[in-house]
Order: sequence, then C-alpha cells, then structure tokens
Amino acid sequence: MPTISRGEVAHLARLVRLAVTEEELDLFAGQLDVILNSVARVREVATEDIPPTSHAIGLEDVFRDDVPGPCLTQQQALSGAYATEDGRFQVPRILDES
Amino acid sequence: MTAGMTTGLMDYDEVVARFDPVLGLEVHVELSTATKMFCSCPNVFGAPPNTHVCPTCLGLPGSLPVLNRAAVESVIRIGLALDCSIAPWCRFARKNYFYPDMPKNFQISQYDEPIALHGSLELQLADGSTLSVGIERAHMEEDTGKSLHVGGATGRIHGASYSLLDYNRAGVPLIEIVTKPIVGAGARAPEVARAYVTALRDLLRALGVSDVRMDQGSLRCDANVSLMPRGSSVFGTRTETKNVNSLRSVERAVRYEMCRQAAVLASGGEIVQETRHFDEASGTTSAGRRKETSEDYRYFPEPDLVPITPSDEWVEKLRATLPELPWQRQARVQAEWDLSDLELRDLVNAGALDLIAATVDAGAAPAEARSWWVAYLTQQANSRGMELAELGITPQQVARVISLVRAGTLTNNLARQVVDGILAGEGEPDDIIVTRGLAVVSDDSALTAAVEQALAAQPDIAAKIRGGKVAAAGAIVGAVMKATGGKANAQRVRELVLAHCAR
Repeated sequence: MPTISRGEVAHLARLVRLAVTEEELDLFAGQLDVILNSVARVREVATEDIPPTSHAIGLEDVFRDDVPGPCLTQQQALSGAYATEDGRFQVPRILDES
Repeated sequence: MTAGMTTGLMDYDEVVARFDPVLGLEVHVELSTATKMFCSCPNVFGAPPNTHVCPTCLGLPGSLPVLNRAAVESVIRIGLALDCSIAPWCRFARKNYFYPDMPKNFQISQYDEPIALHGSLELQLADGSTLSVGIERAHMEEDTGKSLHVGGATGRIHGASYSLLDYNRAGVPLIEIVTKPIVGAGARAPEVARAYVTALRDLLRALGVSDVRMDQGSLRCDANVSLMPRGSSVFGTRTETKNVNSLRSVERAVRYEMCRQAAVLASGGEIVQETRHFDEASGTTSAGRRKETSEDYRYFPEPDLVPITPSDEWVEKLRATLPELPWQRQARVQAEWDLSDLELRDLVNAGALDLIAATVDAGAAPAEARSWWVAYLTQQANSRGMELAELGITPQQVARVISLVRAGTLTNNLARQVVDGILAGEGEPDDIIVTRGLAVVSDDSALTAAVEQALAAQPDIAAKIRGGKVAAAGAIVGAVMKATGGKANAQRVRELVLAHCAR
C-alpha cells in the first residue's frame, strides 16, 4: 500500500512548480495516500478477462467545424513561462551532454 | 577494400553486390485545414511566434481537445486514394515523451488503431517500369512546436546551451503515412525512395489536402534503412534518418546510409538502432538520439477524445469527392494527347505533366503547351538547377503567352522574351509586353518605312524581286526583322515587300 513521504510531495511540487508550505506537505502527503490507496483497490478487481476502460461515457464522433476562433496574445501565452526570449518560451538545454 | 572505406563508406557498387537494402518510409504531411487538429487556432505558416496558440495547444490545465471534422475527412480521403481500408472504429492515443516541443509532455497520435490501413501506391521508375509499394497505415496526429537551439555551433540540439520554443505549429493536423518494408529494390533503392515520395506528394497535391511544401516542412520524410546480406531474408538493424527536406535529399540520404551501414557491417561492426540527422550541405548523416522503443512512449488511449466511427455512408460520400488521381490523369492525358509510353514518361519525369494539363485547362492547345514546358521552360529550369514547378511561371501565364502568339501579338522570339520577363518577376505577360515594348509591329506605316529603307539599302536584291524572284524577298524580310528588333509581323512585312516591288 502506498505511503507518500513529505520528501516525495516536495519533489512533485518542484516538478510542477508549485510553492507548497511545510504544513501543506503533510496535508498533501496524507491526501495523495488516500487517492493512491483508492486507485490501488482497482487492481484487486482488474483481471485478464475484463477489457480496460478508456472512456467512461459511451460518446463517439464528437467533431468541431473547421472554423478559426480567437487565440491568446503572445504576451498572454508567455505570461506563465519560466523564461522567455524573442517571443518564445525558453527551456534549459535539452540534451545533457557537452 | 575500396577507397571509400577510409571515410567509413563502402563503394556503392560493392554495397549492392553484397547487401540487399530494406526501406521503410514514413511521410508526415501537414494538412491545409483552416484550424488546428484539436483547437480552433488558425493553421497558418510563418506568423510571429506564439500568436496562434490557445490553452488547448499550450497544454494548459483544464483545456480539452475537440477533433477537427475537416481533418478527419482529409485523412479518410488520403486513405481511400491509397487504397486503404478505413477502420470502422478507432481511437487516439497519448504518446508520452519528455521533450519540450510538445507543451503537454505528450503528443496526441494514433497507435495500434490507425484510421486507415493496408493500402498501396504504384510508382513509375525512370526506366518506365512500375513498382507497387505497400502502405502499412495512415494515421492522425498533431504536429509539434518549433525549436530553436541557441548556443550550438550549427543550430542543432547538440551543444546548445538552451532552446526557444514557438508553439504556433503545435497541434497542426499531421498525417503520418507509413510504408510496409520495401524489399528487393537493390541498387534502385535510393531511386525508389525518391519516386515514392514524389508519387505521394503528387497524390496529396491532387487531393488538395496539403500544400506539400518540403522546403517549408509541410511534407517531411523519415527514411528507415537497413541492410541484409544478399540472399538473406532476415532484416538487419535499421536507422531512421530525419531532416530530409527535398526529393533529392531523400535519394541522397538513402544512398549515404546504405554505404555507411555496409562499411560498418563489413568491418564486423553492428548498426545501432538510432535516429540520424541528414545534413543537406555535406550529404551525410550523423547520429542523433538513440531510438526509443514503443514501450518508452507509454502509449495509452487518449481519454480526452472519444472514439471515431466512420460510417460506410460517410466514407462513400468522401470517396465520391476524390478528384482525378495522378495515375488516372496520366492515362487520360496519354490517350487524349496521343502520347507514346516514352513521351508520357518523359513528361512525368520532367514534372511537366500537371503543368501542361493545367496550361491546356487554361485554354492552350496541348501541342503548344507541351512544347513550351518541355523545351524552353525545361531549359530555363535546368540552367537554374530548379524543378519546373519552382520556376515562378504559372500555367495560366504560359497559356496567355501562347494565345498572344496565336493572335499575332507576339512572335515566338518575342514570346520567349515575355517569358524571360515573367521568370524575372516582372509581372503578367500583358504588362511585360508594355514595359519591355515587345508587341509585334503590324502597323503598316511603321513597317512601310522600314521596308523602304531595307530595299534602298540592298538595291540588287530589290531588283531581283522586281524581276520576279519572289524568294529573294526573304533577305529583305530578314533585314526588316533585324531593324525592328524582331518585333515586326514577318508575314505582313513579306506582303509589304512584295506589294512595294510590284509597283
């Protein structure tokens, strides 16, 4: 059964760039544990002869007409970016090599 | 050991004597829909960075993709034109990877349930033979954003200190068309690869689903190449060469990989399964990232998009919209223009067939349209190292020039000068005639003066004509043509010369 540590919550928070307080680390660790334990129960019933469910509702063929709609401005698009340059998102070096 | 071995390449003749190449070609084509695959951002090339983006194609929390109906119709039409079966039910899949060209950290694609599968495409090779290439599948996905790598020597990802991302292209509808392994092409493998991409490009253009511009990346080819010892039927390890941005590069990249892999194998080495990068300038490939296996992508059904179930009725409706396809057009044109197989093949190889057909559609007679494209314009294309279609003259312009010659406004010589003007970007034929002063002079007063001058300058010839030697008039006509810079209507000049001498 999963037991999420404070350290793991801190790691996740850093990956998704969320500022999480010391108290929240404890709070979220407990909540994530509940979530993971609930999901883990699925394993008890999932067997070879039950096909995996990809969609919970029986909808098919939902389409959109090919008509342009509004976009964000460049400024809006970049507003949440960690770093930008020349109207583009700046990201760290992709390949870890010299 | 051949001289090529020192640079890690085996001589091509030796390669094909010792190995059988196996090709697998993956072509990505961007659809020319008005909007992206899963959101209503405009699908336009060349806009300022990050101006055609929205929460969905930026992968922002809470956004949901909705599928573009026109894109689905395009892929079904592509599938039908490639003689594929259309899946009655299919889904999208998430392809997970950690690379910033997709802001979601996954690309929405199709995995084991493509919408179109098991078709074929017939190729015509330069020697007139045909080859049927099996199509494994055609599936829908979304294009990635555009990366700009900063700090490296060559703008490549290797050695870059950071990268810049423009997501205007992220989410543009992309169709991936994958061949079955092409075996048995032997020494012709590079030619076959090029012929396949050419045939597919022509087909997609005829369907009107994409602008198929390799130079702008709306048609891209990844070439999988492997070698097996001759006589073997066990495929070798393959490499996948990317960044192949022209038809010529397809041919060069395949040939280079064959020579490189053969040298590695012959020296007892092993081929590494990897992505390789084609360098246009040097014509070589270099190692890129190690190829991920499909497990690495953790494919799973895309939960945010519901399944697609193209009904027979919808598929048949789309089949009815298929235009005349390139091979149907070739058969028709061959019959209508009464061409031999050889003549037809020459037109096809020169890339002239569609241009001639369009010129005929614009009102020109087939023989004249053919003559312009295969003679003067082909010369011009060759001397510029271009394809005919890249020359910058439209079939409509050629048809206009032809009609001006027919009307007597232009001589053939003047017509070529008008065409030169069009190729130089000087505008439409009628404008160039004015700006370059090229119209045939049929005005009798202007011509009569020139005729009188020419007769006066050559009295002996004038005497011969007066004496009944009509054939001598040619020399005077020639002199008038020269004096008018080729702009005189030769037929009218001749009439004037004879009339003058008959007085």
